[in-house]
Amino acid sequence: MKTKNIFKKVLLVLALLPILAIANEGAHLDKAPIDASNKESLQRGARTFVNYCLNCHSANYMRYNRLLEIGLTEQQIKDNLLFAGDKVGDQMKVAMSKADAKKWFGVAPPDLSVEVRARGADWVYTYLRGFYRDNTSSTGWGNCVFDPVNCKVSMPHVLYELQGEQKINHETHELTLESPGSLTVSEYDALIGDLTNYLTFMSEPAKQQRNHLGWFVLLFLGVLFVLTYKLKKAYWKDIH
Amino acid sequence: MSDKKKLVLADVLNCSVKWVDDRFPLTSNVKAHLTEYYAPKNFNFWYFFGSLAMLVLVLQIVTGIFLTMHYKPDAELAFGSVEYIMRDVPWGWLIRYMHSTGASMFFIVVYMHMFRGIIYGSYRNPRELIWLFGVAIFLALMGEAFFGYLLPWGQMSYWGAQVIVNLFSAIPFVGPDVSEWLRGDYLVSDATLNRFFAFHVIALPFVLVGLVVAHLIALHEVGSNNPDGIEIKKLKDKVTGIPLDGIPFHPYYTVKDLVGVAVFLIVFSAILFFAPEMGGYFLEANNFVPANPLVTPAHIAPVWYFTPYYSVLRAVPPILNSQFPGVAAMGLSVMVFALLPWLDKGAVKSIRYRGALYKKWLAAFVVSFLVLGYLGTVPSTIWGQFGGWMGGADRATVVARVATVVYFAFFILMPWYTKKDKTLPVPERVTG
Repeated sequence: MKTKNIFKKVLLVLALLPILAIANEGAHLDKAPIDASNKESLQRGARTFVNYCLNCHSANYMRYNRLLEIGLTEQQIKDNLLFAGDKVGDQMKVAMSKADAKKWFGVAPPDLSVEVRARGADWVYTYLRGFYRDNTSSTGWGNCVFDPVNCKVSMPHVLYELQGEQKINHETHELTLESPGSLTVSEYDALIGDLTNYLTFMSEPAKQQRNHLGWFVLLFLGVLFVLTYKLKKAYWKDIH
Repeated sequence: MSDKKKLVLADVLNCSVKWVDDRFPLTSNVKAHLTEYYAPKNFNFWYFFGSLAMLVLVLQIVTGIFLTMHYKPDAELAFGSVEYIMRDVPWGWLIRYMHSTGASMFFIVVYMHMFRGIIYGSYRNPRELIWLFGVAIFLALMGEAFFGYLLPWGQMSYWGAQVIVNLFSAIPFVGPDVSEWLRGDYLVSDATLNRFFAFHVIALPFVLVGLVVAHLIALHEVGSNNPDGIEIKKLKDKVTGIPLDGIPFHPYYTVKDLVGVAVFLIVFSAILFFAPEMGGYFLEANNFVPANPLVTPAHIAPVWYFTPYYSVLRAVPPILNSQFPGVAAMGLSVMVFALLPWLDKGAVKSIRYRGALYKKWLAAFVVSFLVLGYLGTVPSTIWGQFGGWMGGADRATVVARVATVVYFAFFILMPWYTKKDKTLPVPERVTG
């Protein structure tokens, strides 16, 4: 009994450890509205991605025909998302060379195939809504989500026509919309929400299938457990 | 099927077995290791983890073979080939996640298995060699995991390998040459990736399987320990010569281990299908960024199963500007397990009959191991700094130092406290 008490205490200490680890991360992140089952949202996100992101950022590990899984037909992909000469089984590549990109932006824009797995959906969602006008930087834009200390970012605000221009309060890092773009604040948030949802899908296209299959596997193993348990009981009848 | 046909079938089977037995010790081996290997009848929860470790080893080898069919050990292609497996190879994601989840589960199972050995004194006479083979398996497993972790060629793969290989350069005189020799280059590069691949898929798996065979041969030579820590071979049936508290491994423990396998697979699948990253502990977020020799991540941490030893490394301060004491302490913190059979002077083997003193020390060891493990996953600034009275030292570093001292004290003081411990009388026959 005594050992049990000691181990209970050990477990208690362990349970409390993470609480002691007060997170000292930079920026506060907003919760991204991720819904893998919302195919319309994913399709809208795919459209935004292809129209705005896929000019500089590649998604080299993602094939266009994977978009069949979010409810698009091959014809729709061909008509709306493919560039001339691309085939539906091709990967989402960009024409810009890495050397050129480095010359123009200072760093080559990263491939976005698994960006959400590296950064987290909330980070992407907050980052894309976090650009503000900064006339001291080379691109004219700053972003404190990307760089919580100096608010520097190499990427210009590609969606500024939609969002408009934000201003920052340097003390509190609070953003206010100075001149509105073609979308309202809630429309822009929804657009970024869809885009983040799509980027999350793209970072692991097999995730839906994985979760779906998981329930059947667990069900099977549950039955296996009952059978093996009964088998063990039957064999061990004469021992205990 | 008619009885006559059954008879013919049985005859064919018997003849075949006899044919083999005349040329190979099949039946005698099955008897020696399964049907007439007598194991104590009182195995409890802790005894599932040996067979589970075997299961995970097989899983890792089989999934590893399939991964090797699609993976490219080339600095330019490695990262992409893993994503190719995750997306374009049929069921590739399942195989890859089985392998990545299996790696962490291997360590969980092995840590439980080792803990069993510690609490029931399974390392003691006459089982010292089983224990030493086990420690060697643990070392080989750590090497296997370390080499394998470079292969996805993400930022954590790259910088983790860079840090660990650099540790060797702290060895006096020969250090820098040794680490350059290990890398095959002045920094972790394509050459390193290729040789780590070779170690991971050929060299260490061979060593592991060989050691596991030796571990089992040694076990079956002396027989299994049990939660009471008493020798069942001391009391045998006078006629049959079978230990009174022994039962044949097959069918009793084969069917019992099947239950363990089912439960283990439920846990394994729950992780694999619903949380393969395990909140960043099994698959680290930073490892989804391709390796970049020019960008050092802000926080480099090894995978969770290495963190207790990594914490020991960080806790020991440099002496005379040399990191070697820390590196040596880290090496010792792993190797010291090998000394357990000779450090333990207790009158009894099992924790069931040990006194309060031993239990307190064991609890302190478990706490320090877990605290070190946790601290190894976070930056040492995580808990802030002490005030001026402690020279402004990082709180986490001071805690890690205390935990390191407790960790080593558990081993160094063991001869003293196990001897002094007031033990309970051990029963003749196994209980419960």
